[in-house]
Amino acid sequence: MPEEKPRLEREVIALRVAKELPDGGYVNLGIGIPTLVSEFLPEGKTVYYHSESGVLNYGPLASEGQEDIDLINAGGQFLQPVPGMAFFNSAEGFAMIRGGHVDVTVLGAHQVGANGDLANWMLPDRGVGNIGGAMDLAAGAKQVIVAMEHTDRQNQPKIVSECTYPITGKACVTLIVTDLAVIRRTTQGLVLEEVAPGWTPEEVQVLTGATLIIPAEVKEYQL
Amino acid sequence: MRNKVYQTFDEAVADIPDGVTIMFPGFGGVGVPRNLIAALHRQGAKGLTGISNNAGVLDAKAPDVGTLIEAGRVKKMYCAFTSPTHPSRVTAFVRMFNNNEIEAETVPQGTMAERIRAAGAGIGAFYTPTSVGTELAEGKEHRVINGRTYVLEYPLHADYAFIRAWKADTYGNLQFRLTQRNFNPIMAMAAKTTIVEVENDVVAPGELEPDAIHVPGVYVQRIVRIPPAPEGIWE
Repeated sequence: MPEEKPRLEREVIALRVAKELPDGGYVNLGIGIPTLVSEFLPEGKTVYYHSESGVLNYGPLASEGQEDIDLINAGGQFLQPVPGMAFFNSAEGFAMIRGGHVDVTVLGAHQVGANGDLANWMLPDRGVGNIGGAMDLAAGAKQVIVAMEHTDRQNQPKIVSECTYPITGKACVTLIVTDLAVIRRTTQGLVLEEVAPGWTPEEVQVLTGATLIIPAEVKEYQL
Repeated sequence: MRNKVYQTFDEAVADIPDGVTIMFPGFGGVGVPRNLIAALHRQGAKGLTGISNNAGVLDAKAPDVGTLIEAGRVKKMYCAFTSPTHPSRVTAFVRMFNNNEIEAETVPQGTMAERIRAAGAGIGAFYTPTSVGTELAEGKEHRVINGRTYVLEYPLHADYAFIRAWKADTYGNLQFRLTQRNFNPIMAMAAKTTIVEVENDVVAPGELEPDAIHVPGVYVQRIVRIPPAPEGIWE
């Protein structure tokens, strides 16, 4: 088994996702690996960040001792005040999402189905779940990128032929970036575009619960 | 003219009966009407239905809706966040939900915001793409409009809304600071009686910039200035 091989760090996943963000785009980052993406934006690229907490064009996290108790992101972390911020109420914040004004959302996932179904709000063994804004983002953002580990803690595939966990949105995921691979959903199915250094497409397929389309040439992770 | 300014939180919540529906704004710990929640906790109203983004934060440094839940005053919650971030961090809400001691309806955050806004705006119901294809949409009316599938959602009304604001005037015009706004303006619209705790002295009409009012006073019935700590809660 390819178990022992090193997988990519969370920061590398974030770095790879950052390359996908459109210059001048409006972007909503979920909690976890997605939050890291803002730290790795390529030089010269500008992205406007949207948060369900009710702020647009926010900047980096506040440094310790500089926190303002009224200024947070969607994960509840304190933000630095930066020029150009705009504030709004929750109905307007979600109008931006549902109304198609957010170009890309980057979300974590428990599972992604071969058809692009996203499951990220509930682990059934935990009982009640946390939807937060994920269902609105899945339904409303123009593009949904999933950034996650390729397998769960039991090394079971998180990319599956069909989601077994309750789903957040139907056929919404367009790109999956993991610690092993970059996989794009096309009308034909899931295409394995890139693999982590030292990994072969076949090894990635073994750890994937859906059949991947493997082109003649699969690139190494493009950073 | 009817006076909207009350001197104490206890006076402002004194007439709230058992069994009513109350909206509790706040995102994380920001914009949470903690003084009004503490006063209602003292007052003792029970059998309440709560509408709130989350169902209380574990280790909250100051009162939030979880304080009322833990005291057994809430029979049902509508919320978008219900679970602890880690299985070991179990809130009062989760413990009571697992023991069937509280009812809950989980609502996507944007759908919750729009249902609240719809209530305040007199909208009978609306179609949204959010939750289509998920278990939350099961049993709800669906409709295809211009090729896209939507699900029908109804307004969320309340008897009372508790609001945390930055500035107010005696007409009830309100302003908020940074991300403090969140659910406050729409909850103020959606309740029959809106009660505000405000961080600055309540000023005379004309002292707030009219172009920068976030909540016009038509939605506000009662205002209480938060006293200095320790009497007032400033977290």
